[in-house]
Amino acid sequence: MKFRDLSELAARNLREAILRNSLTTLGVAVGVASLVAMLSLGVGLQTLASDRLTKSGLFDAVFVSSRRDFRSPGGDGPRKSSASGPKESPKPLVPPKVLDEDARQNFAKLPNVVDVYPQIRFFTDVRFDNNTYSTNVLGVPESSHSMTAFSGITGQYFSSSTAEEAILQQDFAKDLSNQPASLVGKEITLRYAERRTLSSDEIAKEKDIDAQLDAMMSGGITIVTREKKLRIVGVIESDPSAAIGGFGGGRVFLPIRVAEQLHAAQANDVQDFVRGGGNGKQTYAALTVRVKNPKNVLQVEDAIKKLGYSAFSLLDAARSLRLVFTVFDLFLGLFGSLALTVASLGIINTLVMAILERRREIGVLKSLGATDADVKNLFFAEAGAMGLVGGLLGVTFGWLIGQALTWGTTIYLRRQDLPAVKISSVPWWLAASAILFAIVVSLAAGLYPATRAAKLNPVEALRYE
Amino acid sequence: MPSTQTLLHIDHVSRDYRLGETVIRAVNDLSLEIGTGEFLALLGSSGSGKSTLLNLMAGLDRPTSGSIHVAGKNLAALDSQELARYRRETVGMVFQSFNLLPRMTLEENVELPLRLAEVDRSERSRRVAQALDRVHLSARHAHRPSELSGGEQQRGALARALVNQPSILFADEPTGNLDSATGEQILLLLREIQDTLGMTIIMVTHERPLAERFANRIAILSDGKLLDHFPIHTGARA
Repeated sequence: MKFRDLSELAARNLREAILRNSLTTLGVAVGVASLVAMLSLGVGLQTLASDRLTKSGLFDAVFVSSRRDFRSPGGDGPRKSSASGPKESPKPLVPPKVLDEDARQNFAKLPNVVDVYPQIRFFTDVRFDNNTYSTNVLGVPESSHSMTAFSGITGQYFSSSTAEEAILQQDFAKDLSNQPASLVGKEITLRYAERRTLSSDEIAKEKDIDAQLDAMMSGGITIVTREKKLRIVGVIESDPSAAIGGFGGGRVFLPIRVAEQLHAAQANDVQDFVRGGGNGKQTYAALTVRVKNPKNVLQVEDAIKKLGYSAFSLLDAARSLRLVFTVFDLFLGLFGSLALTVASLGIINTLVMAILERRREIGVLKSLGATDADVKNLFFAEAGAMGLVGGLLGVTFGWLIGQALTWGTTIYLRRQDLPAVKISSVPWWLAASAILFAIVVSLAAGLYPATRAAKLNPVEALRYE
Repeated sequence: MPSTQTLLHIDHVSRDYRLGETVIRAVNDLSLEIGTGEFLALLGSSGSGKSTLLNLMAGLDRPTSGSIHVAGKNLAALDSQELARYRRETVGMVFQSFNLLPRMTLEENVELPLRLAEVDRSERSRRVAQALDRVHLSARHAHRPSELSGGEQQRGALARALVNQPSILFADEPTGNLDSATGEQILLLLREIQDTLGMTIIMVTHERPLAERFANRIAILSDGKLLDHFPIHTGARA
């Protein structure tokens, strides 16, 4: 029998016992809905977590330091050799690689690197409204715009990478004013220590011999107090410094280019000086290398290590998280599948009952020349149709359940003064797989009844009253 | 007039049924030949094996032993798919209880064998209309079986049996559920079909007077055996 004829006959048979078939289909729909709702919750939470983590800036960054002063949590050197290889003998003392402007340029040239920036963090006094406050300033790179920390900003992000603007951390803003939001648009003055490198001409220009000697003895650097006026453009709740590559919080944030131009004295300036590196060349304590995608992290990290620097990333933590979610999804899927198993028993029951009721009809069909395969396909088509309709309804119900959960959670979070989150997500692949799964389960459930119907002896079937 | 060419050759056919420990032989070593275009009436009391023999000839059942050759093909040797094809293309069947599917209209019932035979849709409507016209039921095509009288249902079943243009029509007690006048109309119709289409008709009945009036030949069965078979004088078919 042709597919179209088969479908028409199956549809007719399903329509004739509409109540029973609808209830069976509803059973499939409930099974699929529970499966979809469970998995959409898993997918939604996973998406939420991944999104937050990606936007946190922790997982698309490689943190680099020169080997001399920084031991990473992942250990120095190539990733695998330290974990599985024989214990390495102590490395010979070689001159450490300096993280200077040349190194920064080299990192920027590596494939898949988006941005390379230093950690610029310095101590400062902030003058506002005739009061002075002490705090730390942190330079913020351009690529940090999309980070979670800046998503709930009061006011706005820096208008440009060279804008003389500042964003305050809320706790610090509260020190300045009872109403932090009112600070936006106002001006603050930074008072900081500038590191100046003196040329030999400048040393020669010093008027007395003592000053010239001081300049020469200081290795050619000098510290000068400076002031800088900045306009407050925004206030943020959380501190983005960990993701930016800072180890220690900042309270006032500036565009990193502006921060660099200030030449503020930092901790490693003194370090360089003590170690005799004070040759006047700009060095960095650490650099953060931001990559296009978290999947590029490992490759960039290895490339940097090959250049002789210490580098580490938080990719391993992301991997563990993925594993946890896979197991989580598996369990949710198993619970959802239980409901679908019960629904498939409903299909078997309905079709077995249909065979008993339609025994004579099967006999008539066979007497008219229907093959065993025709009869079997007819029952299969009915089971498949119940699976298809049940699957479509189930995906819709499952999506609605997910929406209801998101809606309920949103209300709860708002009451707790927390931002709304989407905890359920039904991607197209989940919807398509659920429908396909419903059809496959229904066909499997229809296998026994269909085979039984096909094997009926036509003479006995025709005798059935 | 029927030709003398043999269409069906039944050779020492037996059919056993098992009921628990007991074996019942419904057809017992029966041999018979039926010619093309013949109208054969199988007569016998209840349990004589006439319906079993009809089912064997129609390819609905298989003999326990012996062979049935139809147009040179041994039905006992056909697999289930080939047997289904035989029922679809060579055979038309009419039952005592009509066996129209109650959920379908008369037209859809008649169309069913054409669906199974995968006949083109455009061709189907023409053949359905032709078959319904032959049994004078064109006006009732959209009715469901429950809306038809017994005679109309049997004529509808006859249209369904004819729509695939089979070469043999099997009728199992076609008048059994009908009053005598309606039954006679059905048999007149069968004879008309035999005369106009030259179709071979094999009918099971226990009403000897009707058989003698309409059939060309009568075969009498008792306890699964062929007791006698004889031609009916053409004069009796008035």
